[in-house]
Amino acid sequence: MTRYLRPRTLTDALALRAEAAGSSPLTILAGGTDVYPVRTHRTAWFEPYSRDILDLSAVPELGGITHGAEGTRIGATATWSAVAAAALPPAFGALRQASRQVGGVQIQNRGTVGGNLCNASPAADGVPPLLALDAEVELASLRGHRRLPLAQFVLGNRRTALATDEILVAIHLPPQAAQARSTFLKLGARAYLVISIASVAAVISVDAVGRIASAKIALGACSAAPQRLTDLEERLVGLMATPVLADAVSAADLASLSPIDDVRASAAYRREAALVLVRRAVEGLLSSPLEVAA
Amino acid sequence: MLAIVGEKEAVEAVRMDDFPIAWEPLPPMIGSKAALAETAFTLHDFAPDNVLTRGRVERGDVEAGFAQAAHVASGSFETGFVEHAYIEPEAGYAKRIGDTIHVFACTQAPYMDRDEVARVIGLPLESVRIIPSACGGGFGGKLDVSLQPMLAVAAWVLDRPVRCVFSRIESMISSTKRHPSSIQAKAACDAEGRLVAYAMEGDFDTGAYSSWGPTVAGRVPVHATGPYKVPHVRNLSRAVYTNGPPSGAFRGFGVPQAALAQESLFDDLAAAAGIDRLEFRLLNAIRAGDTTPCGQTLEASAGLAESLEALKPHWERLLAEAAAFNAGESRTRRGVGIGCMWYGIGNTGMSNPSTMRVTLSQDGRLTFWNGAVDIGQGSTTVLTQIAADALGLPVAQFDLVIGDTALTFDAGKTSASRQTFVSGRASEAAAAALRAEILRLTNAGPTARLSLEGMTMTVEENGVVARIDLAALPAKPDGTVLEGIGSFDPPTVPLDGMGQGVPYATYGFAAQIASLDVDLDLGTIKLNRIVAAHDVGRAINPMLVEGQIHGGIAQGIGLALMEEYLPGRTENLHDYLIPTAGDVPDIDIILVEDPEPLGPSGAKGIGEPALVPTAPAILGAIRHATGVTPRQVPVLPHRLWELLREKEGRS
Repeated sequence: MTRYLRPRTLTDALALRAEAAGSSPLTILAGGTDVYPVRTHRTAWFEPYSRDILDLSAVPELGGITHGAEGTRIGATATWSAVAAAALPPAFGALRQASRQVGGVQIQNRGTVGGNLCNASPAADGVPPLLALDAEVELASLRGHRRLPLAQFVLGNRRTALATDEILVAIHLPPQAAQARSTFLKLGARAYLVISIASVAAVISVDAVGRIASAKIALGACSAAPQRLTDLEERLVGLMATPVLADAVSAADLASLSPIDDVRASAAYRREAALVLVRRAVEGLLSSPLEVAA
Repeated sequence: MLAIVGEKEAVEAVRMDDFPIAWEPLPPMIGSKAALAETAFTLHDFAPDNVLTRGRVERGDVEAGFAQAAHVASGSFETGFVEHAYIEPEAGYAKRIGDTIHVFACTQAPYMDRDEVARVIGLPLESVRIIPSACGGGFGGKLDVSLQPMLAVAAWVLDRPVRCVFSRIESMISSTKRHPSSIQAKAACDAEGRLVAYAMEGDFDTGAYSSWGPTVAGRVPVHATGPYKVPHVRNLSRAVYTNGPPSGAFRGFGVPQAALAQESLFDDLAAAAGIDRLEFRLLNAIRAGDTTPCGQTLEASAGLAESLEALKPHWERLLAEAAAFNAGESRTRRGVGIGCMWYGIGNTGMSNPSTMRVTLSQDGRLTFWNGAVDIGQGSTTVLTQIAADALGLPVAQFDLVIGDTALTFDAGKTSASRQTFVSGRASEAAAAALRAEILRLTNAGPTARLSLEGMTMTVEENGVVARIDLAALPAKPDGTVLEGIGSFDPPTVPLDGMGQGVPYATYGFAAQIASLDVDLDLGTIKLNRIVAAHDVGRAINPMLVEGQIHGGIAQGIGLALMEEYLPGRTENLHDYLIPTAGDVPDIDIILVEDPEPLGPSGAKGIGEPALVPTAPAILGAIRHATGVTPRQVPVLPHRLWELLREKEGRS
């Protein structure tokens, strides 16, 4: 029989995690929206899923969303519905848009931000907006707490830097420029409830004279882990913020991507679609009058 | 083959690795091209060339037809496996009661299930009772048995009740699929745009076992020319064994695949002849009095022309809207397409009777013994409406007994769009027989009004009232005092070697228009509107007819744009995409009622006709918007993007 563990404090959860780290690893369950399909898949193909379950839904330290002058903290078990409902400034628009496109409403009510990161799907819709917002993850173990930039946490397809005795506690976002605006574009083969063929998140702010003060652009589903387009970002900074800048985005700016052929699309299509999405994201953000810094 | 039966926990703990079975994977033969190649191995000894069956319809002199044509169009078309994706995965239980076995499960064909279970266990038919569960959709996928024989064998051998519920993944792994098709077709018209010749050869991948492959191979050549007058025809089909999953029945039995090829080529011909696409179809529409490629003269109820006339104002409006939209420089282009279809109601050139029974019992119960399984489309409602009308008592007074092989007569399977037409006629006849019995007892004429209250049947005619005390009538052991039994078998003539005969007693006709926008940079498609005109003979229940059309269109959208089952890869509903509410546009429905003299109140079927024209209309609209002609479905974004790149590379 498998064990179903539902600790009520973070310390208890970490103790259970540490205890199992050396022997039989625990399956961490938060909303269950990734665990469940994996388990049904394996059961159907005669691979019973018999790992012990560590259910984190009763650990209060992992929940909640707080926002203040010092930054924003999103608890690992905060659901996508909670993100959608949170009072966050305009810079978080991309994250809010993504939160409404992770599965359907039922999935958004169950699925958690932390789960989306730990599952480490290349197509995870939560990752590009959080990358573009310079997110850091807070990891805890009985050994102590540590923080990592998100890009150093999600390492590849189903691969993270989470140690076997660690639990993802929260996502921390630094203060965003008050005038920053952001957007999230997702491409799939149907309107809703679809795994992304490609997705892009962009956060752009403009200075007092109408130049781009900062640009942060991240792409999902086009490499083993979603990634930022840092060369492009640097090239955009200092340029006058007009929609025609979108035309200056070229295939070379996306050279770091390594899209694959799969059931959803061809690699060549993904590469082209990513370019189109980046251009549209930039054009969209620069088309509406951006507030400028006072 | 092996089944494991046990308590839930024990069965779920079984690991494949623990089985004393050594599996040796061999190179598979995937797709009909591989199975037909000279190097192919033989899958079944009884079919050395891997061909399960062939279909043929030949009329006139097709070569002479092409020789005299002004315009010729031809092309090759490909479609893949499609999953039915009914809401309810397969589930049921079986229990042994003495020397009989009872199976409760979802099904579209209880009598076929009974025959199969009896054959598997080796029991006489009367020892098997099939009790259909409420069915959450079938679309042809529950026409084959799924878990019924397994449950029956287990319950029989163990003498314990045995249940089984498929998960979605198990359902998708084990159920049949729509036949993948490879179709080569050629069509020709004269200078005025009149069709003169059509030839097609279609290979349908029927997978490892035959399932409904013969039905597909039989239906396709009859329908492949579409609902048009064509004097010279040669339509050939093959159902081909491969190592793929068994392809079976799926809403349309191969006709949707054939219609994609044919409607696309007719768009080519209309363009070559310089005729509007709707006008081209109207010019060539088959009408009552015309002769089909099977040599059947349509007596009545051929409402394609009327459907097209009804669509005309919508067509012109949507074309004008598209032209205005496309006048701009946008990288989004709008297109409008049209697809037509005909569909034979009932089995192809063979008997497919239905028998119904309506009874009154001593205690005043009015019961409709209806063997037609309702798979969600509403046959129970429609057939009861028909029986109520024919008897002259309200629907609410009927007790219903549905599809239980121990209690009802065989109504035939719920497929081939046949229940409203075939079982509807049987229901009408059964109720009319009971009414005649009541009128005879009271010596009343045909216009008499019936009312049933308690155990008293009141018959009133021109102010003269007669009463039947049902309790006083002699009763059968089950309490029945009066009954009406009615049967109907649509008149058909089997097809000869050249496909000549009368395959169906009647046909449904339809035309649909799709308006959509194509994103030229991403190859994505957004449907704006679908307008559907369907000749249903007579809509017994317009709301249910419209529901069938909505569902058929949604499934047609899936076939056209997103549904592609890849064995071993897409056995779930996040990798296998079906349309969501956001993918289905506003739908306008026009019901055309060109009555079928044989049908109950003139009604025909709607189940399969609803789906067939949608994908052709969508493909036509993509072409209108972009100038590229997809010849493979689904038109996934990356496939359309590749076609658009090729075109831009050429220009």
